[in-house]
Amino acid sequence: MEAYINLFIKSVFIENMALSFFLGMCTFIAVSKKIETAVGLGIAVVIVQTLTVPANNLIYTYLLKENALTWAGVQDVDLSFIALMACIGVIAAIVQILEMVLDRFFPALYNALGIFLPLITVNCAILAGSLFMIERDYNFSESVVYGVGSGFGWALAITAMAGVREKLKYSDVPPGLRGLGITFITAGLMALGFMAFSGIQL
Amino acid sequence: MSSTRQFLDKLHPHFVKGAKFEKLYPVYEMVDTFLYSPSDVTSGATHVRDAIDLKRVMTYVWIAALPCMFMALLNTGYQANLAMETLGLQEVPGWRGWIVNLFGHNPYNPLSDIVHGAMFFFPVYIVTLVAGGIWEVLFAVVRKHDVNEGFFVSSILFALTLPPSTPLWMVALGISFGVVIGKEVFGGTGKNFLNPALTGRAFLYFAYPAAMSGDAVWTAVDGFAGATALGHAAIGGVTAVREAGISWWATFIGFEKGSLGETSTLACLLGAAFLIYTRIANWRIMAGVLVGMIATATLFNVVGSSSDAMYAMPWYWHLTLGGFAFGTVYMATDPVSAAHTNAGRWAFGALVGFMTVLIRVVNPAFPEGIMLAILFSNIFAPLIDYVVIKINIAKRVKRYA
Repeated sequence: MEAYINLFIKSVFIENMALSFFLGMCTFIAVSKKIETAVGLGIAVVIVQTLTVPANNLIYTYLLKENALTWAGVQDVDLSFIALMACIGVIAAIVQILEMVLDRFFPALYNALGIFLPLITVNCAILAGSLFMIERDYNFSESVVYGVGSGFGWALAITAMAGVREKLKYSDVPPGLRGLGITFITAGLMALGFMAFSGIQL
Repeated sequence: MSSTRQFLDKLHPHFVKGAKFEKLYPVYEMVDTFLYSPSDVTSGATHVRDAIDLKRVMTYVWIAALPCMFMALLNTGYQANLAMETLGLQEVPGWRGWIVNLFGHNPYNPLSDIVHGAMFFFPVYIVTLVAGGIWEVLFAVVRKHDVNEGFFVSSILFALTLPPSTPLWMVALGISFGVVIGKEVFGGTGKNFLNPALTGRAFLYFAYPAAMSGDAVWTAVDGFAGATALGHAAIGGVTAVREAGISWWATFIGFEKGSLGETSTLACLLGAAFLIYTRIANWRIMAGVLVGMIATATLFNVVGSSSDAMYAMPWYWHLTLGGFAFGTVYMATDPVSAAHTNAGRWAFGALVGFMTVLIRVVNPAFPEGIMLAILFSNIFAPLIDYVVIKINIAKRVKRYA
């Protein structure tokens, strides 16, 4: 149990997807103008990450890994070279299915998430979650924890970013830096704050 | 009318719109308002009236930092003289020596301590003022806003957080980063979201770790290495601090190695009393930090650890070691970058206290945590306010529904 808590804390704070690895920057910067929308997107990322990382874990373990197909009677097959493509496909498919399910059964949530759900398909933090999972050889339960944790960390970062940006509405940024420029500087300064966790060994 | 006032009034026409030195008006305005209270008052619609203004706020914070400045002089000199005694040095080399050698280097003579300390503190402070001031004036002139007294505070706080032996070019670089990236790109005082002094300090910390951490930088004598009290604690907990010959009272009064102004908890308490009495700093933030620190330290005491002695460090040691008191009193209470709602201030403070102890105890990479804890909490301050306001709205809707 302790190992799972450590993994969760590590994926939320120490190896924060947005502020330690700078992944998912396009959505991180584009959709962080308002706290409400940032929270919506954050929740969507948590859900998708929680589904895709374990799903990719199963597919990788039982289909793609070296000798993974032994259960089907196929020996000496190593399909890990298509792991990248498989991950992308799985993410796109799961997002699509999730969208249809939400549209059919939870229209309110579907409307709240709106455009953000399809946007997540191309969020590199999601893909990175699956790829890190493969690289670090997480087992199934670890992949669930990692999925929740990394999604939650990203959501936390974008919500904080939106909070800061709402505050910065009252600031007087030099014309040349308005918009993207100051957002990048803000993200960099936030990463400076998150450096507090770098070096913690769990 | 004094002659200075007359002189300034005579100059005034040269700086107004359309005159020859129109562009330098912020500089004129800076000198004028530094010397005299501006006569401008709010006109027009209803407005809150209060005798307090930014100038008074900032000047008071500067006054509150005086005890820390005094301890910076005394303790820096004391540590340096002590180190010279240990090493058997007779003379201070270089230009500093011209003056220091006149007063001797007896660690038990306060005058020689203060002179020795002054030769390290004032160069740092002057470089901070000049380098930061150049940026401040440059931005004010180009962006046509007033030169703000906020820099007055940032500069003294920044200077007090540096180790005594920081190279002066690094001081200039750090305050430049703090002023430009930490504050001016957002439009100047009141518009930033991180504490500018700490931003500059953190920049130096990560860019030049060798000059900002370790054992060799805390005493202003070349070739002398001695860990800070917190450095001892990071290795062996309170026992190690005691073994190094440092008592709790020494850390409370401030005779320990450390950054220039951070060592004395007593000086910080004096500053805190002044700031709270004049209602410049919000006591809720300080109380929040204290509560967060005590709760987290006690939690770690209870959890315990067989391998890490920091877990067992009681809260009253956390209070006096390192920069906790300085950060709590002067940095966390920055009205711009802290939370703005009363409930939010408690939460913000508690987060600072919690993070400080967490970094000190759990993170082996950094012995001190208050700097990063405050920067981290600054990031979440707007979010804390947002939640407080939302809860408040929900409560009122319920009440009147």
